[in-house]
Amino acid sequence: MSKKVAVIRKEHFNAAHRLFNPEWDDVTNEKVFGKCALPHYHGHNYELEVKVTGKPDKRTGYVMDMKELSELVKREIHSRFDHKNLNLDTKEFKKLNPTAENIVIVIYDLLRPHIDKKMDLHIRLYETPRNFVEYPG
Amino acid sequence: MVYLTRLEHFNAAHKLFNPSWSIEQNEQAFGKCANENWHGHNYELYVTVKGQPDPGTGFVFDVKQLSLLIREQVVEKVDHMNLNVDVDFMKGKMCSTENLAVGIWNELMKHLPAGVQLHCVKLYETPRIYVEYYGE
Repeated sequence: MSKKVAVIRKEHFNAAHRLFNPEWDDVTNEKVFGKCALPHYHGHNYELEVKVTGKPDKRTGYVMDMKELSELVKREIHSRFDHKNLNLDTKEFKKLNPTAENIVIVIYDLLRPHIDKKMDLHIRLYETPRNFVEYPG
Repeated sequence: MVYLTRLEHFNAAHKLFNPSWSIEQNEQAFGKCANENWHGHNYELYVTVKGQPDPGTGFVFDVKQLSLLIREQVVEKVDHMNLNVDVDFMKGKMCSTENLAVGIWNELMKHLPAGVQLHCVKLYETPRIYVEYYGE
């Protein structure tokens, strides 16, 4: 028995964005992205679930200290994206369309270097209460 | 009296920024919400009407009609929009959740059939923050 345990920390941020491919004309963008391509941006409350899976440490009983995980997410994700315009205010999405799919990959890549290599990382990101994406790396 | 509620949702960008104040004053009053390039939310809108159920239908108001009315008069005007820039009924107002709830109430009042009483507009800006307006 592996006795692997998953610990999950939830955080949230809100941000404006629009979905737009600068290589396409406005008509094509509107056809593909609909209202999400509107020029004055719209926004979401993003809910983030960061899941770290591994064997609990023998001395502490922890897979990962949840307080450290929370502080990591606040430092690397919340401070970058909260109350920002993802297209205009963040270097990560200067040239990358800020779809939920691309955001979840960016979040994974920002967190992965700070989490023990022995642990698996899995990110779930809710763009709305009804739409969410997952990325296991 | 029976209270009937329909839930709709929309998402939008906005900022809290008073143009007659300096940037510093805005930042002091509104913090991150004053970010000049906007931020955004998933809004959840609860519209409650009240009345006696009609003896013929058993309805206070046909909830499908209520849904259609909210979508036509509110959601289509605000969904995927920038509240400060794109929404006629918020022009010249601060785009706080409080003012947005009042604005939505006023839009609905224009179009509700006579005999249907609007009771409450409840508007969630985030899962943890909401306002209620009773037309008082």
